[in-house]
Amino acid sequence: MKSRRIFTRPARIAAIAPYLWMVLFFLVPFGFVLKISLSETVIAQPPYLPTLDLFGGWDALRAGLAKFSTDNFYLLATDDIYIFSYLRSLTVALVSTAILLVIGYPVAYAMARLPQRWQGIAMMLVVVPFWTSFLIRIYAWINILQHDGLLNSLLLALHVIERPVPWLSTDSAMYLGIVYSYFPFMILPLFATLSKMDSSLLEAAADLGCSRLKAFWLITVPLSLPGVAAGALLCFIPIAGEFVIPDLLAGSDRMMIGQTLWLEFFTNRDWPVASTIAVVLLVLLLAPLLVYEHIQRKQLEQG
Amino acid sequence: MARSLHRPSAVNVAALALGLAFLYLPIVILVIYSFNASRLVTVWGGWSLKWYRELFNDGAMLSAAWMSLRVGVASASAATVLGTLAAVALSRGGRFGGRTLFSGMLYAPLVMPEVITGLSLLLLFVAIDAGRGFWTVTIAHTTLTMCFVTVVVQARLNGLDRSLEEAAMDLGCSPARAFASVTLPLIWPSIAAGWMLAFTLSLDDLVIASFTTGPGSSTLPIRIYSEVRLGVKPEINAICTLIVAFVAMVIVTASLASKLSNERGENAAPL
Repeated sequence: MKSRRIFTRPARIAAIAPYLWMVLFFLVPFGFVLKISLSETVIAQPPYLPTLDLFGGWDALRAGLAKFSTDNFYLLATDDIYIFSYLRSLTVALVSTAILLVIGYPVAYAMARLPQRWQGIAMMLVVVPFWTSFLIRIYAWINILQHDGLLNSLLLALHVIERPVPWLSTDSAMYLGIVYSYFPFMILPLFATLSKMDSSLLEAAADLGCSRLKAFWLITVPLSLPGVAAGALLCFIPIAGEFVIPDLLAGSDRMMIGQTLWLEFFTNRDWPVASTIAVVLLVLLLAPLLVYEHIQRKQLEQG
Repeated sequence: MARSLHRPSAVNVAALALGLAFLYLPIVILVIYSFNASRLVTVWGGWSLKWYRELFNDGAMLSAAWMSLRVGVASASAATVLGTLAAVALSRGGRFGGRTLFSGMLYAPLVMPEVITGLSLLLLFVAIDAGRGFWTVTIAHTTLTMCFVTVVVQARLNGLDRSLEEAAMDLGCSPARAFASVTLPLIWPSIAAGWMLAFTLSLDDLVIASFTTGPGSSTLPIRIYSEVRLGVKPEINAICTLIVAFVAMVIVTASLASKLSNERGENAAPL
């Protein structure tokens, strides 16, 4: 017991450097996002007002604070463009997560049923594409889906279609790209819970006369729910803020909120509105984020 | 009879095969077409290295690749040190004040939409008037990737038998000595895996780099992205193939290294 306490102290000292780093480069930046979301847009460098003078003393600070306004939040709540972008993001994230779950579960289940020796190899095969650039994987699909791409040539040659079908710049292409990119993120948490499951439970159910389908429904599914939750959140949260996939694969008529933020920031140079979009998105995702964080911590602390 | 429940059925095998084909087919097609002599995707003009030659004459692409490699090595190294320290604190530090905030800050970036992380870091850099370029991208990537290193190393640390460390200290080792000569060799494969994960994530990132870089210092994904927006080009197939080959090489080296350390009687890292 004594030695454990000796070890605890240096371990806590180890926290200092990463703690400071994360406060400085993760927590503090959100303060700036919040501050600029309350500022107004001007044509200047940097393009927002007021710029707080933190070293100008108490009066200068108070004068700056008085200039803050919630106009940008009012704009977001009343302008259809932003409301539709948020709704589209949440819809796309929800639909994609559902598709991922439906096709990911059988694959993860099959992996968990493999002999021990093959499980590691299957897991490696699923993880390897995740290591290659995800921009490359999206680009690979453009190769296939474009007007004179492989899919159209194949379907034309087989006389399935008469003339090339425009696959690119459609919602189907975007969903395909999202499902493809997030596939490993759904499989790995599912596989982690399914492979840890005690198979003697299934044997017991079979011995007691339970059909395999019923055993699956009554035993496997409930026991895999933590994996389902982890996988769903691991996909849902980043997909809701996704920028690259809808930008490259979907049409430009309806935008997801990540694209709207990008547009406001890079094209319109409207930093305050972009910051407001980020603040609202963060608030919308806060509940799923906290649940995910809770699951992650519990999982890592159980070892 | 009970045995049959363990064996994968035909449906299981089919699901697995389809899933893997879905994952790999697009990349295989991309690699094959990077060797196509014809500019058109539909026309196969025979095997050729033409697009690789053009790639090596593309100065902008090469300097972007060099920038990405430097950022990748610098940020992965910093992230590995910070992430390992964080993992040690979380796994061996017990309950300390601010622990919930600490773990929250480390797990949130794993799922945080990149547009939010990128924007917030940029606003920080503008507020402190930091010149944007190599250093700002490196700091941004370190922040993102150290969280992944923490998760990988922490999983390994939690799986270790603590009595080994305690035995070392009972035998008179200082905590630092016990960590260096008992813990560190055992978690070494996961630290290496964490470094490589951080490196490939940095090499991959488009969104955060776009926000935090400055004029004239594009990374490879930024460069590729601006080309891809203009349409498919065989040169892009070639650079993508090179990246895939590079990453595959890194992974094979890593798994060989972890196998070697395995044979010395230790368990493999989780990744």
